[in-house]
Amino acid sequence: MKARTTAGGRVERAKKVRFTFDGRAYEGLAGDTLASALLANGVHLVGRSFKYHRPRGVLGAGAEEPNALITVIRDEARRTPNLRATQVELYDGLVAESQNRWPSLEFDVGAINSVFSPMLPAGFYNKTFMWPRSWWFKVYEPKIRAAAGLGVAATLPDPDTYAQQFVHCEVLVVGAGPAGLTAALSAASSGARVILCDEQSEMGGSLLSERNATIEGVPASEWIAKTLETLSANPRVRVLPRTTAFGYFPHNNIGLSERITDHLASPPTHLPRERLWQVRATEVVLATGGIERPLIFPGNDRPGVMLASAARTYANRYGVRVGERIAVLAGCDAAFEAALDLSAAGSTIAVIADARPAGSVDGPGILAAKAAGLRILPNATALGVTGKLRVTGVLLGIVGADGQVVSGETIACDAIVMSGGYTPSVHLHSQSRGKLSFDEALGAFVPSTTAERTRSAGFGRGVSGLMAALQDGAIIGAEAAAAAGFAGGSLTVTAQALDAALSGSPGALPQLAGPIPPAKAFIDFQNDVTTRDIALAQREGFESIEHIKRYTTTGMATDQGKTSGLNALGIVADSSNRRIAEVGLTTYRMPYTPVTFGAFAGPARGDQFDPVRRTPSHEWAVARGGVFEDVGNWKRTRFFPVGGEDMHAAVNRECVAVRSSVGMFDASTLGKIEVVGKDAAEFLNRFYVNNWSNLGVNRSRYGILCRDDGFVYDDGVIVRLAEDRFHVTTTTGGAARVFGMMEDYIQTEWHDLSVWITSTSEQWSVVAVQGPKARDVLAKLTTDIDLSAAALPHMGVARGHIGGVPTILMRVSFTGELGFEVNVPAEYGSALWEAIYAAGQEFGITPYGTEAMHVLRAEKGYIIVGQDTDGTLTPDDAGVAWAIGKTKRDFVGKSGMDRPALKAPGRKQLVGLLTDDPSVVLEEGAQVVLTPNQPIPFKMVGHVTSSYFSANLGRSIAMAVVAGGRAKMGETIYVAMPGGDIPVKVVSTVFYDPQGARLNV
Amino acid sequence: MLVIHCPYCGPRPEPEFAHGGQAHIARPQDPTTTTEDDLLQFLYLRENPRGLFRERWRHARGCGRFFNAIRDTTTDFFVTTYKVGERPELPGGAA
Repeated sequence: MKARTTAGGRVERAKKVRFTFDGRAYEGLAGDTLASALLANGVHLVGRSFKYHRPRGVLGAGAEEPNALITVIRDEARRTPNLRATQVELYDGLVAESQNRWPSLEFDVGAINSVFSPMLPAGFYNKTFMWPRSWWFKVYEPKIRAAAGLGVAATLPDPDTYAQQFVHCEVLVVGAGPAGLTAALSAASSGARVILCDEQSEMGGSLLSERNATIEGVPASEWIAKTLETLSANPRVRVLPRTTAFGYFPHNNIGLSERITDHLASPPTHLPRERLWQVRATEVVLATGGIERPLIFPGNDRPGVMLASAARTYANRYGVRVGERIAVLAGCDAAFEAALDLSAAGSTIAVIADARPAGSVDGPGILAAKAAGLRILPNATALGVTGKLRVTGVLLGIVGADGQVVSGETIACDAIVMSGGYTPSVHLHSQSRGKLSFDEALGAFVPSTTAERTRSAGFGRGVSGLMAALQDGAIIGAEAAAAAGFAGGSLTVTAQALDAALSGSPGALPQLAGPIPPAKAFIDFQNDVTTRDIALAQREGFESIEHIKRYTTTGMATDQGKTSGLNALGIVADSSNRRIAEVGLTTYRMPYTPVTFGAFAGPARGDQFDPVRRTPSHEWAVARGGVFEDVGNWKRTRFFPVGGEDMHAAVNRECVAVRSSVGMFDASTLGKIEVVGKDAAEFLNRFYVNNWSNLGVNRSRYGILCRDDGFVYDDGVIVRLAEDRFHVTTTTGGAARVFGMMEDYIQTEWHDLSVWITSTSEQWSVVAVQGPKARDVLAKLTTDIDLSAAALPHMGVARGHIGGVPTILMRVSFTGELGFEVNVPAEYGSALWEAIYAAGQEFGITPYGTEAMHVLRAEKGYIIVGQDTDGTLTPDDAGVAWAIGKTKRDFVGKSGMDRPALKAPGRKQLVGLLTDDPSVVLEEGAQVVLTPNQPIPFKMVGHVTSSYFSANLGRSIAMAVVAGGRAKMGETIYVAMPGGDIPVKVVSTVFYDPQGARLNV
Repeated sequence: MLVIHCPYCGPRPEPEFAHGGQAHIARPQDPTTTTEDDLLQFLYLRENPRGLFRERWRHARGCGRFFNAIRDTTTDFFVTTYKVGERPELPGGAA
């Protein structure tokens, strides 16, 4: 650790920490970040740039870092790419790798891009890879993406857990720098619930990088410790370090991402890796501080060139010298303060080149630097740097009185620190749709009006100077608490610091203002955008800053313009002779810094991704090897294979068994709604297309539900249990939406009706017993229900007991066979299933699944809403117009389906199709055409909705919607397929037992 | 995630609610006198204003009640919510 100072800083000098970077072993100290530890070892080269593969070093010391993006690897599954080395806390055994280089960081083949850089201007990809068009997705884009990548993510499932928590508070304070700490203190003093979060491991923000500042007469670090003690002792305050406020969502909903174990050498297994906080705050205080801007000069991206604030942080907080001989480029007074601190840390300050126009009054930073005897070169500018993998010198120019730059001396140095002024971090304010105004004195945008109940404090709203920031925080914190109903909070605080001014002029140094900007003066380091790219975009006619941003990619992606945004604006403003305020600002987007997918997913993964609904026969089916399919959230048994059958064989066997003897089917998933009240029948009259007034008690009827536009929406059997009580069944998938639609009409349209509805889907289990032997099976299980055809005809309903369990027995059939649906309270469902299975043994009862159910109903031409209909079919189109109550004045969909267009000839109608070759099973969804071998595009007249092989019929069957289909009975039309058009004959949808003789036995 | 004031339950988070489109669309009462134009208006034509908008919401994963709201589509913020059958004036006296 050759660049480590001998004393000072916040690192623990006795605790050595070992780590590796690109396979090489290094040593750091507890309290280091990966960046500070690498710098302590003299390592500046940490990455390659996005586009040109330029060697890059550490630029910043925190979230603003655009260059030092690295991958941290714990194991194959725990590989986190694109972390900022400046935010990665060092732990013993940490393994980190650089990115976007091959074969090595020092020698990177991709750097050839830099040689060709004149050919890689803004918009290069869009301009070049245009032909052939089909190559874009297949060839160009994948190659470009591979070449211009960042880190590589792990391919294994993430083994870590992630927590999520919702929390409410009166005041959320974002940022625990000077203003944030006093805001939290004064807000908490009112008795309000306060949350204070900060992205860093330690609270304190910029105070952590101060060398001489004192607050309340004690060093800043002491004051921080005392403040945190006060806050922690207050049970109404929650302090969250390592927690980034990444997004400002509507109504003061702020997303916080807390990193819990990433900094630990051996994370305990019981802890989540991260926690996503969703805070709902009555009032928000944004004490987000600011970020220093780089200066723009040729070679400003070379390793060793760094923000002055970062160099100061490394010296004061981490005890690291970023160079032994440092050149300081000043576009802001803060550079002088940094020079003093770097000098105090033992570095030699080779020169302070003041890049600002002469004539300003010397601020406290400059005066102190002069007093310290540091060499100050006024009217200076940087024309270039020497060195490739690390700077070795800087070529300075002098700006004459005429504005011409005279080339001056080359100053040898191993680090260049620069300050172009500070930009308040207004990202969250901007995300909350707050407006900004340009502060000409500061040279940056500051918050103006707000859209949410939010306030900015401290430098986050342009208040400079330690004492001013502390006091501003105290006032704003008390204001926020008062606005949330907790008046009376207050805090007084005094402080002393050097307080160098933080103002600057965004944009280029004077020598860059000419018509042709020099090469390789970078604005956006992360996206490799130079002044030339901006100039090119403007030459090509891009005027709006939003367009320039997208064309050049400046300020995009994970960086969100933290160091680049204002500089880009400055350059655009200069070259278009506008003021920055006129150029405007691009939108800051969330997240402020990247958030892992794991934090967003939280526990909602694997088994917990979505709830699973299981039927009463579920365990029974699992034990017998049933194969399941997902229907909505339901697990339904698709078929029950026996002895190694495939699906085809199992379904054929199940279908034949139902028609030859008896089968049983778990129909519990059907939606069920109980409709009760003296107007229940009238409600159903108005709601369903059918007439319900004439339905007797203990009788049932097949109902069709349309929307008001006249298209079929749902269907199901409805039972009248009593004069004022109906048991409505819906499709499995339609239960919730039918219930919602009923509520809508009851609550908002028909106030005159006395009717209530209750979902009973979960309260009833249903076993369908279907087949010629169905009656014989149930007869064994009941003593109080007369199952005879006279007592219980088709669509009849009986009440009594089956297997000793109270039952509503419905004689209904979705197979065309003699059939019953046994409804019992849900808790008896699985017992009922087993009882029926046992009773049916002597008849060879066969459990069948959804696949056989589909085939059997298709053999009878029974439709499935949502499969044979698609929201564009009227009841007449679907062949169920017979269900419509002809004498009713009104019902939902009546006017809709009476529209002329919905009665016009040539509408698509549901018909049956039989292939000429009985072994050919059509594809569902295949297009229907009238004649074969048409020139492309074929004229399509419909599509296949259902298609199966029917073992009972010994051939394939299908249903389709075909324009004017019912008028084409007996005609041959075609189903268009890539392998050739398949001839089919149009037939009735009822393929089996058209007279219905098997139903009425 | 918005906070929505259910007129029956008070402020609740947005995931408890279902949006129901434009409010105060009257369903034609008598099919025998309903014209095609009435139907067109009722079934398909909806406002999409920039600014204040009367719309339906349902506290679907709460009390289940439908209610109406006035929301500013430019800010997502609610001016008020109100029960079915009520119709408070828009601020500024607009429609």
